[in-house]
Amino acid sequence: MTAVRCIDLCKTYRQGDQDIKALDHVSIQIDAGGFVCLSAPSGGGKTTLLNAIGGLDRPDSGEVYIAGRRIDNLSKGQLAELRLRQIGFVFQAFNLIPVLTARENIEFVMQVQGVPALRRRAESMEILEEVGLKGLEDRRPAEMSGGQQQRVAVARAIVSEPALVLADEPTANLDSKTADDLMALFRELNERHNTTFIMATHDKRVMSYAKRLVRMLDGRIVDDILQHAA
Amino acid sequence: MHMLAILGRLAWRNLWRNHRRTIVMLAAISLGAWAMIFMTALMRGMVRDMIDDGISAMPGHVQVHNRQFRDDPSVANLIPVSDSSIVALFDAAGIEHWASRVRVPAVVTSERESRGVTLLGIDPAREKGLTFVSYEDVDGRFLADADDTGIVIGKKLAATLDTRLGKRVVLMTQDPGNDIADRGFRIVGLFTADMQAFEENYVFAGKTTVQDMLRIGDSVSEIFVVGDDYRNVEPLYTKVFELIGESAEVIRWYDLDSYLGAMLDVMDGFVLIWIVVIFLALSFGLVNTLVMAVFERVREIGLMLALGMKPINILGQIIIESLLLLALGLFIGSTLAWASVQPIKDGVDVSIVGEGMELWGMPSVLYPELLVSDIVLANVVVLVLGFLASLSPAWRAAHYEPIEAITKV
Repeated sequence: MTAVRCIDLCKTYRQGDQDIKALDHVSIQIDAGGFVCLSAPSGGGKTTLLNAIGGLDRPDSGEVYIAGRRIDNLSKGQLAELRLRQIGFVFQAFNLIPVLTARENIEFVMQVQGVPALRRRAESMEILEEVGLKGLEDRRPAEMSGGQQQRVAVARAIVSEPALVLADEPTANLDSKTADDLMALFRELNERHNTTFIMATHDKRVMSYAKRLVRMLDGRIVDDILQHAA
Repeated sequence: MHMLAILGRLAWRNLWRNHRRTIVMLAAISLGAWAMIFMTALMRGMVRDMIDDGISAMPGHVQVHNRQFRDDPSVANLIPVSDSSIVALFDAAGIEHWASRVRVPAVVTSERESRGVTLLGIDPAREKGLTFVSYEDVDGRFLADADDTGIVIGKKLAATLDTRLGKRVVLMTQDPGNDIADRGFRIVGLFTADMQAFEENYVFAGKTTVQDMLRIGDSVSEIFVVGDDYRNVEPLYTKVFELIGESAEVIRWYDLDSYLGAMLDVMDGFVLIWIVVIFLALSFGLVNTLVMAVFERVREIGLMLALGMKPINILGQIIIESLLLLALGLFIGSTLAWASVQPIKDGVDVSIVGEGMELWGMPSVLYPELLVSDIVLANVVVLVLGFLASLSPAWRAAHYEPIEAITKV
């Protein structure tokens, strides 16, 4: 089953008096349960592609499908609903809402979805244990390390069991040990829940965990290889 | 409902992220609310005292006269119903606070001076507590009954006439046949009044004595009726009108003195303008606080939008935050205003700062009047206007593009 399909995506940004082609006729298909790494140097187009897949940014042309549904022509409200129900996000930084505790951050998406309080509580506590943060549920982001914050973000991304998790440079602010732990966690969740993971990174350690590595350069896919993950 | 819960929680916690800013804003709102309500209570008290004094001089909330009396307040224009019939009619109707009186222009002459005055022939038992004269505060004594042959004049008039308690004065007026009616009276009492003009212009004598002097038998010039609330005289007016019918003119106090009546409307309008002006001053601080709060949280707002929160919910969060701030400030301000009124509710002497206020019909002792309706009005106006003022920063926050907001440095 296809989780994501992009057809001939183009996106151009204006920077000063220069046009930058962030996506240049990009087409890609990712199967459900995939563990894909988009790799490119800075400005290579990986974040733009990730944002287009997540409905956070609209391509200038081309089509994006999530679970067979075309999303590039949806309204703002429809896109918000799609992100809420089907996609989990892990960003490079500023992943958590500062005034909420770890548990409340994890519950946030479920609460917006309208999940009853008791179920929210049970699921958030379960996922906190799964990501190794049991006992830290009442801490606010400022009281946690970067790695712990990223784990909370991961927990929030997967707690409502979305079909797709998009992670943009998830290890950029982490030390190597924490980054390895996080990637191991991603893989474990991918295998246990069959969740599709797409990560944008230029961290070679992250790439080594991917089952499929897609290399981009100047807005184009230049390499797309299956690999034996670490 | 679940959305309201999360928006409320986010709004409340965000409010206290910057304690200092929130406390400063709260202090401004509280002070503004206090000023709105406390000053309104003082002004209401002042206007109420003016109206009370006016009504006690008229007197009454509803009056009955001959239809020509207001154009020509002479003894020729008496109520065409005998006083005994009026007593029977009003007592049977269960009207409690009322009195009938003879009211004519007259000249009072002492051995040295003469003055034009209004002579009131009254039944003191019926009028007690209904007019501006406090019987207990009279030097000498007040009239004993309607047959009393003495006269009670104001202290100011006594000074003008260069006379005093126990002296005799002569009252001169016209009877219904336009003949001179006069009589000597001994001054048995000197009254004081809040308004100096009252002390100069009114003299009181027994009703029967005056009726005899004027040779008008059992007739009176006016009936006045006092109700429970000067703001709501319509039921009383209707009741009196049904008793009197078309035979005489029944009139409400605010029609009798349209200037005094207009004071009520002017006051209501002034209160609203006062509240709005203070709010406008506050709104600059409020909008600035919200704009800063939004500006500081751009990435956080972007994150929430990215996670699937709808723009309308972001809008709601900012507005709830603003309303919480306002509600808290209003509660503190309203409580402070209430507490400020308590120590001075028995009156505060403003004669030092308001010398000459009597000339404007204003009393020198101010009794603040704190109305629940004014507190509600101030709170509602501030909340509604605060809601409108919050729309701009909230709208701005709701329309961020998530990816631009989240990557903003």
